[in-house]
Amino acid sequence: MGIKMQSQHQPVALRFHEQTGGKRKYTFIQAKRAWLPKFLLLWIMLMMLFSGSIYNGMDADNKVRRREVLGSLCEQRARMLQDQFSVSVNHVHALAILVSTFHFYRNPSAIDQETFAEYTARTAFERPLLNGVAYAQRVVDSERENFERQHGWVIKTMEREPSPVRDEYGPVIFAQETVSYLKSLDMMSGEEDRENILRARATGKAVLTSPFRLLGSHHLGVVLTFPVYKSKLSPEPTMNERIEATAGYVGGSFDVESLVENLLGQLAGNQAILVHVYDITNSTNQLIMYGNQYEEGDNSLVHKSKLDFGDPYRKHQMICRYHQKAPTSWTALTTAFLFFVIGLLVGYILYGAAIHIVKVEDDFHEMQELKVRAEAADVAKSQFLATVSHEIRTPMNGILGMLGLLLDTELSSTQRDYAQTAQACGKALIALINEVLDRAKIEAGKLELEAVPFDLRSILDDVLSLFSEKSRHKGLELAVFVSDKVPDIVMGDPGRFRQIITNLVGNSVKFTERGHIFVKVHLAENITATVNGKSEAYLNGGSEDVAHMAGGYQSKTLSGCDAADERNCWDNFKHLIADEEFCFDASSKKMTTIQVSEQVTLMVCVEDTGIGIPFSAQDSIFMPFVQADSSTSRNYGGTGIGLSISKCLVELMGGQINFISRPQVGSTFSFTAGFGTYKKNSTSDVKKHNVEDLPSSFRGLKAIVVDGKPVRAAVTRYHLKRLGIVAKVANNINKATALCGKNGSLTSGMFQEDIILVEKDSWISGEDGSFNIWQLDWKQNGHTVKLPKLILLATNISNVEFDKAKAAGFADTVIMKPLRASMVAACLQQVLGVGKKRQQGKDMSNGSTYLRGLICGKKILVVDDNVVNRRVAAGALKKFGADVKCVDSGKAALEMLQLPHSFDACFMDIQMPEMDGFEATRRIRLMEREENEQANGESNEGNASKREWHLPILAMTADVIHATYDECLKCGMDGYVSKPFEEENLYQEVAKFFESKPISDS
Amino acid sequence: MESVVRLQRQLVDYTASLFQEGYLDEQFIQLRQLQDESNPQFAVEVVSLFFEEAERLLDELAKGLSQENTDFKRLDAQVHQLKGSSSSIGAQRVGRICIAFRNYCEMQNVEGCLNSLQQVRQEYSSVKSKLETLFKMERQLSAAGGSVSSP
Repeated sequence: MGIKMQSQHQPVALRFHEQTGGKRKYTFIQAKRAWLPKFLLLWIMLMMLFSGSIYNGMDADNKVRRREVLGSLCEQRARMLQDQFSVSVNHVHALAILVSTFHFYRNPSAIDQETFAEYTARTAFERPLLNGVAYAQRVVDSERENFERQHGWVIKTMEREPSPVRDEYGPVIFAQETVSYLKSLDMMSGEEDRENILRARATGKAVLTSPFRLLGSHHLGVVLTFPVYKSKLSPEPTMNERIEATAGYVGGSFDVESLVENLLGQLAGNQAILVHVYDITNSTNQLIMYGNQYEEGDNSLVHKSKLDFGDPYRKHQMICRYHQKAPTSWTALTTAFLFFVIGLLVGYILYGAAIHIVKVEDDFHEMQELKVRAEAADVAKSQFLATVSHEIRTPMNGILGMLGLLLDTELSSTQRDYAQTAQACGKALIALINEVLDRAKIEAGKLELEAVPFDLRSILDDVLSLFSEKSRHKGLELAVFVSDKVPDIVMGDPGRFRQIITNLVGNSVKFTERGHIFVKVHLAENITATVNGKSEAYLNGGSEDVAHMAGGYQSKTLSGCDAADERNCWDNFKHLIADEEFCFDASSKKMTTIQVSEQVTLMVCVEDTGIGIPFSAQDSIFMPFVQADSSTSRNYGGTGIGLSISKCLVELMGGQINFISRPQVGSTFSFTAGFGTYKKNSTSDVKKHNVEDLPSSFRGLKAIVVDGKPVRAAVTRYHLKRLGIVAKVANNINKATALCGKNGSLTSGMFQEDIILVEKDSWISGEDGSFNIWQLDWKQNGHTVKLPKLILLATNISNVEFDKAKAAGFADTVIMKPLRASMVAACLQQVLGVGKKRQQGKDMSNGSTYLRGLICGKKILVVDDNVVNRRVAAGALKKFGADVKCVDSGKAALEMLQLPHSFDACFMDIQMPEMDGFEATRRIRLMEREENEQANGESNEGNASKREWHLPILAMTADVIHATYDECLKCGMDGYVSKPFEEENLYQEVAKFFESKPISDS
Repeated sequence: MESVVRLQRQLVDYTASLFQEGYLDEQFIQLRQLQDESNPQFAVEVVSLFFEEAERLLDELAKGLSQENTDFKRLDAQVHQLKGSSSSIGAQRVGRICIAFRNYCEMQNVEGCLNSLQQVRQEYSSVKSKLETLFKMERQLSAAGGSVSSP
C-alpha cells in the first residue's frame, strides 16, 4: 500500500581524502634526501683532509727533529775536523818557527835531516791529520849550483827529473820519514805547490792547496805550506819584504780522505750519515775533498757546515746527509688512519640514520595514505551497501508480491513448497537488507539513540511472544525474568533495545533444539554483589518461600539442561530472588532507592542450551557476516550480521556485550546497557500506564505455584507478581497439598488460595493418584471456602495429555508458555471471570495483533494531497482499528491540529503542494512549543498536572536514504514509515511512542 | 459449486495474467489485504477513486497542454499526483510512464509531453478495463457464493 513512489537517488559521494603533496610536512632530512650521498662524500673527503693534515703535522715534527739531529751531527763533525786541522796547522807553524830558529839563526844549523826526521817523527802525534812534513829551501837559480854542490844532489822536479833551469827552486831538504821520497824534489815544480808557496810567502800565513791526488797514497789531500823567513820581519812587512825574507817553506800534506775517515770513525752515528767535504774556493767548481761523490744518499735533507782551516783564501764546507731516506712514520700513519676510519664510521652512521629516517618517514606517509584510502573505501563500502540495499528492496517487493499471488493460485504440493521456499528466502533477504542498512547506518555514525521512557518488561514480553510459536514448536522453554529492582519505566531507545533482545533470542531459538532459553534482566550492580556473595545476609531475611524452594531440586537451571554460564544456575539465582523478596517486602524502600540514582545499568542475559559456539570461532563471533563455521549457515541459515549490529548498539548504549559458550552445552550472551531513570512528573502517569497495560483486577489474589524447577517457578512468580498476585512456591504437589491443607483448614483466611498453577512436568511426574487424593482432601477441608482454580502450565501439550489434564481436574485452563503477564492476565480473566472482557489470548503470536493492540482506538490524522494515497493509508490504519481522519494538505492539517486536539498521532506525506510535510511539521512543533511554554509558565505557579504537547508525527516515504531521514528528524518528526506499509516497520515505529508515551485519554 | 470453482479459477488466472503482463504490482495485493469483513469493498472503492482522480487529472493535463503557454510546473505536479495514485493501487505501467512524463515536463518538451499523455491515456484505459473486468468477475464469484479473498 505504498502511496507514492518517491525514489530520489542521492548521488553517492565518496569522500576520498586526496592528499596533496603540499599538505605534507617534510623534515629537513626529507627535503634534502637527494643530497645525502653527496653529504656523505663530502664528509669522507673532509675526513681524508683532516687525517692527512694530522699525518702531515706529525711528519713535519719528525722531519724537524731529523734536521736538528743532522745539523748537530754535522756541526759536531765539522768543529772536530776544524779543531784537529787547526791543531795540525798550529803545529806546522811551530815547526816553521823551529826551522827558522834552529836552522837559520844558528850557524851552523842545529838541524839536519836526521834531527828533523826524528823530531818530526816523535812529534807526529801532534799532527794527526798530516801524513808528514817537509822543509823546502828557497833556492834562486844563481845559488843552484852552489846549493847542489853543498848537498850533493841535483834538484829534481816532481817527475824526478833533474830540474830545468828556473828562476827559483824550492827543493826539499828535510823531510819526515813518512814523506822521505820528497827529498830533493823541487816543490816549485808542482803546480799546486808552487802556487801555495808563492801565496804563503806573500801572506806569511799557512795556506792550503786545493785538493788533489797526493803523490804517495793517491788519496785526495791538500798541502799546507808555511813560509820560513830568514830574518825578523818588520811589524808591518810589505809583500816584497816578505818575499825577500823568505828562506824556505815548511809543508805538510793532509790526507784528508783517510784522516777524515779516521776521525769520523771515532764518532757515534757514523753509520747514519754521509759526510762530504768540499773546497768551495771556486764556487762554480767545487772540489771534493772527502766522500764518494757518487754515493747515494737522502738528497732531500742536507746540512752544510762551514769549515775554517785557517786559510782565508780557501773556503771549505762540510755537507752531511742521511744515508737513508727518512723512515715512514708509522705512528703518524696509524693515528691518521685511525682518525680517518673513525670519521668514516661516524659519517656512515649519520648517513645510515638519515637514510633510515627518510625511509621511515616515507613508510609513514605511505601508511597514512593507505589508511586514508582504506577509510575512504570503508565509507564507500557502507554507502554502496546502503544504496544497493535500497535498490534491491524495490524489486524484492515485486518478487514477494508475485510469490504471494502465486501461492494464491492452485498449486501442487511440490509447487507450493517451492513457492513457499522462495517466499521465505525473499523475506529473509529483505530482513538481511534491512540489517545491512542498519549496520551501514551505524558505521556511518548516522544512528542516534533516542532517550524516551519505555516499559522494559512489556518489550521483553513482546519479544518473547514473537518467538513463542517457534519455541513451542521446538518444545523449548522460553522465559523472561526481570528483577524487581529494575525500574518499571526507564529512559532509553526501546526500538534498539528490542532489536538487541530480538536478535539474541532469535539466535538462541535458532540454535537450540532442546532445553530452554532464558532472558534475565538485573541491575548490573546487583549481579556483582551476588557473585561476590555479599547478599548472603539476605538469605536469612528472605521469606519462607525461599526455604521451601531450596529443598529437593535436582536441577539448577530453567529446564534442567546444563547451561554454559554457571552464574545463571539456581545457586546464584536464589540469592537474587531472596534479595528481591527482601526488597519487595519493603517496597516503599525500593521506590526511594531507585529514584535516587539518575542512571541505571542493566545487565541482560540470554541463556540457551543450544549447540554453543566452537572455541575456535568465539573470537570472531561479533564480526559482521561471520558465523561459527560454514556449516552453521548451511544448517541454520542466517548471515551472522545480527550479532555485530547488536554489539554496535550495545556499545552505543554505553555497555558491553560478551558471552560464555560451551559447545554442545549452550551459550549465554550477556550485555550491559545504561538507561536513564524516568523522572516522574506525576506518579499518576505511570500508574495509569500500568493499569492500562495490565489489568489490576487481580491485585490481592493469592496463588500457589507447583513446580519442580526453582528457576522456572521464580519466573512464574515474577509474572504473577506483575499482576499483583501473591504467589507461593511448592516444589511438588504433596508439598502444595500440605501448604493448602494447612492454610485451608487450620488458619483459613490467612492465606486463601485463589489459583493453583501446576507445571506440566510436576503434574506428570507426580502420580495422578496423589493429585486426585489431594483434590478430594481439599474438597473435604475447604467446604467453607471457594475452590481454587487449577491451572496447568505447559510448553507444549498433546491432545491426549490435554484430555488427561481435563480428566485430572484442570478443567479451568491450560496456559501455554512462554508466559507473559498480559497473556496470564487474559487467561485468568477467562478463568476467574473478572475484569473487562478483552480480545486477548486468541492468538498473540503474530505482530499484527500487537499492531492492532497498539493502534486500536487511537485517533490518527493522515495528511496527503493525493486522494487515492490518502484512502489507502487510512484503510491500512483503520484495519488495525485506528480512528482515522484525513486531510489533503498541510494547511488543513494545521487547522485540525490547533490545540487542544485529541489526535494521538499524525502520518504526514512529505511531498505536497503549497506546504510540504517538513514545513507543516515545523509549524505544528512551533505551535506546540508556544503552548507548552505557556503551560509551563502556568504550572510553575499552580499544579503540575499539565502535560507536554508533543504529537507523534511520522513521515510517509518510500525513501530510506539517510538524508531524508535526517531531514525528517530535523524538522521535528518522530520517525518515518516506509511505503508500502510493512507491518513490521509500522509496528516498530508506532511502538516507539505509543508504548513509551502512554496517552492517558485513549 | 462447480461454477464457483470454475469462476474462482478464472479469477485467479486472470489476476495472475494482470501481474504477469505488468499491469499491476504487489501494491494491489496489499490493497486487497486491507479488505476485511468490516470493509469488504475497500479495494473497489479505492480503485474507483483512482479512476475518478485519474480521469480528472488526464483532462486537466490535456487542457494544460493544449494551451499556448504551458505551465510545466503545474503539469509536473499533476503528473506527480497521477503517479502517486497509480503506484498506490499498483498500476505500475501508468506509474512508469508518469516518470518519463515528468522528465519531459522538466525539459519543457511539449511534444514529449503530448506523446506521454497519449501513452498514459492508453495505459490508463487498458488498466481500467482490466480492473473493471476483474471486479466484475469478483462480483460474479461472490454472487455465486464463492469467497474472493481466500481462493
